[in-house]
Amino acid sequence: MRVNVRFFAAFREFAGHDNLDVVLDPGSTVHDLRIRLHDQFPRLPQPERIVVAVNAEYADPDLALADNDEVALIPPVSGGSS
Amino acid sequence: MIQVTRQAINPDAVTETVLDPANGGVVTFLGTTRNHTSDRAVVSLEYEAYEEMAYKELERIAQEAQVNFGVRTVSIVHRFGHLDIGDISLVVAVGSAHRKEAFAAAQYTVDRIKETVPIWKKEVFEDGEVWVGIDACYAEGDQEPHSSSVSAHSHAG
Repeated sequence: MRVNVRFFAAFREFAGHDNLDVVLDPGSTVHDLRIRLHDQFPRLPQPERIVVAVNAEYADPDLALADNDEVALIPPVSGGSS
Repeated sequence: MIQVTRQAINPDAVTETVLDPANGGVVTFLGTTRNHTSDRAVVSLEYEAYEEMAYKELERIAQEAQVNFGVRTVSIVHRFGHLDIGDISLVVAVGSAHRKEAFAAAQYTVDRIKETVPIWKKEVFEDGEVWVGIDACYAEGDQEPHSSSVSAHSHAG
């Protein structure tokens, strides 16, 4: 299966990509993908420290991904007001 | 009214969306970009948003504020893109039958936005730039996230 990974803010700069198609084994979880991406882009944080959203909702690490999911890596948020 | 926008925000227009004869109080909060962080001068800011998800999270927070505090309407507009110092980055307007709930709901909304909404702020200095909060996902001894020319002076704000 194939998922589209979106990178934002600091993670976009660390990975050098806005988005990337990633082919995964069926049954792969969010955590499997985090490990894969950290291996590919070592400047990303340790896998367990990467917050992930799937289809624009925060996702648990053990969530099984599905074909065509949109997966976003979410750096620490810093909007709002100081 | 919920919006995530590149356009300059008109706070009066946001306030108008919560004006209603049934309200006894309206609180409008403006978040503006500050010219310093700690003791370091900030030249400008770059906000980046995951627009679709930010919109959903803002909607969720507005609904939570309405339910938790019993206010009538909550409008939120968050800007992204390049902002100069003193620009308005956030407007929250709350319309309520009573003022106490309006203040509480506005406070809650502004606080929650910083916790869950996927919008990121980069502070640009004379001699570098920092994504605010990025250090939080690196432990001591992890891979250094910053390029060597940029020192980490970020804080959670």
